[in-house]
Amino acid sequence: MASGVKPRVKVPKSAAAGEAITIKTLISHKMESGQRKDDDGNVIPRSIINRFTAEFNGESVIDVTLEPAISTNPYFQFEATVPESGEFKFTWYDDDGSVYDTSKKIKVQ
Amino acid sequence: MKLTRRNLLILSSAGVAATAMGSLPAFASLTDDEIAKLTGGAELGEGAITITAPEIAENGNTVPIEVDAPGAVAITLFADGNPVPNVATFNFGPLAASRSASTRIRLASTQNVVAIAKMEDGSFQKASANVKVTIGGCGG
Amino acid sequence: MTKKLWATFALISLGTSAAAQDSNSLSIDGEAMVTEIAAPSHMENVDTIYSGWRFRSVETQALEMDDFDNPAFVFVEQAEDLWDKVDGAAGKACSSCHEDVADFAGLRTQLPRVDDGELVTMENLINECRTERMEAEPWKWSKGNMTAMTALIGVQSRGMPMNVAIDGDAAPFWEKGKELYYTRVGQLDMACSNCHEDNYGMMIRADHLSQGQVNGFPTYRLKNAKLNSIHGRFKGCMKNIRATPFKEGGDEFKALELYLASRGQGLSVETPSVRN
Repeated sequence: MASGVKPRVKVPKSAAAGEAITIKTLISHKMESGQRKDDDGNVIPRSIINRFTAEFNGESVIDVTLEPAISTNPYFQFEATVPESGEFKFTWYDDDGSVYDTSKKIKVQ
Repeated sequence: MKLTRRNLLILSSAGVAATAMGSLPAFASLTDDEIAKLTGGAELGEGAITITAPEIAENGNTVPIEVDAPGAVAITLFADGNPVPNVATFNFGPLAASRSASTRIRLASTQNVVAIAKMEDGSFQKASANVKVTIGGCGG
Repeated sequence: MTKKLWATFALISLGTSAAAQDSNSLSIDGEAMVTEIAAPSHMENVDTIYSGWRFRSVETQALEMDDFDNPAFVFVEQAEDLWDKVDGAAGKACSSCHEDVADFAGLRTQLPRVDDGELVTMENLINECRTERMEAEPWKWSKGNMTAMTALIGVQSRGMPMNVAIDGDAAPFWEKGKELYYTRVGQLDMACSNCHEDNYGMMIRADHLSQGQVNGFPTYRLKNAKLNSIHGRFKGCMKNIRATPFKEGGDEFKALELYLASRGQGLSVETPSVRN
């Protein structure tokens, strides 16, 4: 597991049913591209987050495939519709097999 | 890594030295190949997708990009001056409130960022934006 | 400022409008920051001082205006965890003695300062706690743990004006810092002042030269995607002018930090800022 990986997400605490809400996510990750070389000229192997998903109550909001051209500390902003109160689940998949996730509850009034 | 100018260029450009600074991106044909793979050679419409990118990026390491294509099921981003053109694919689920997303990407040099949207009817839309990437001041 | 920037811009620009200053007014999550103020009286050659934020492009500026968009907060949150983490033989964490990190509001504005005849920076204070009270290993000056912690403690003072003491005990350190600021060094034979006093607002290749203010440190740089310490930045500058850098945490850089902090008196603490 890459060291110091920490997810951050920003989700409103409440919303109206059917309202479009903005979600922002960020995870600390080097996103080593596989294009760089070390001091001895050896290629530093690729090590990135290759997939990110956001679900609400088990249903998909967005499913992103990431390539090495995504910047260090990958950031995404997108919009979701929430039909009822429930929980967002955000998941990041690392090249090394690690999976990082975090959840956020939202109340629909 | 020692801080030679060459290494700085490599660092700040995700792998390519400034060979692609001219008007013709070095890897443009790679991008065409990848787009053809995605679309199966289908015709690319325009107008139903927008891409928002800075005209000039202060640093190629972190370039904010936004794409928006109402009616798209997926949007794929390419950078035609990067050693690997593919950047990301956004697949929108049933709870996506819009077919838009923002992220931050690496650009090795001045180049075009291309977005291809796959629409609900199976057709494809294309938009592109030219982003000038500056090299830093002293040393990189 | 616009007038000066644009007047000087043409002189050495690449003929593009790259990196021209785009916005004048900074508020972070709704809190207004002072990014421009009359220079303190000790500055003989400059009338107005400006935060480095003013010299960045609109996209880079935007990253600092919202704490979620600012990638530095990933590290601030890491430091919140470190704050409660027990380390060292004494079995203590920061929080064992310091109940709330918010109690450090104002500290960042006064550093570096003289304690018992010695000029100390925030890194010194943190490492003193680690070695004396926690009986833990000191952190390296510019490594991740240290820059994260200086960001966490620094952000408690965000929005407060820089206000370092330069008289009394501090005077000899300040004089030394001033001398260093104006001393030409390295193969390129340049002093800090050649870029950051004589030519701020101009382009150095594709980069927009700032006044070299330290009110936003540690700063998240797009260039290396991490928090950068003040002394780490000094080192970078010295390498760029092909000089042998002084040691991080050494007397020279501490004195220079004090002098530069005094050239930013009245600017808001922006820690952790975002720069290119």
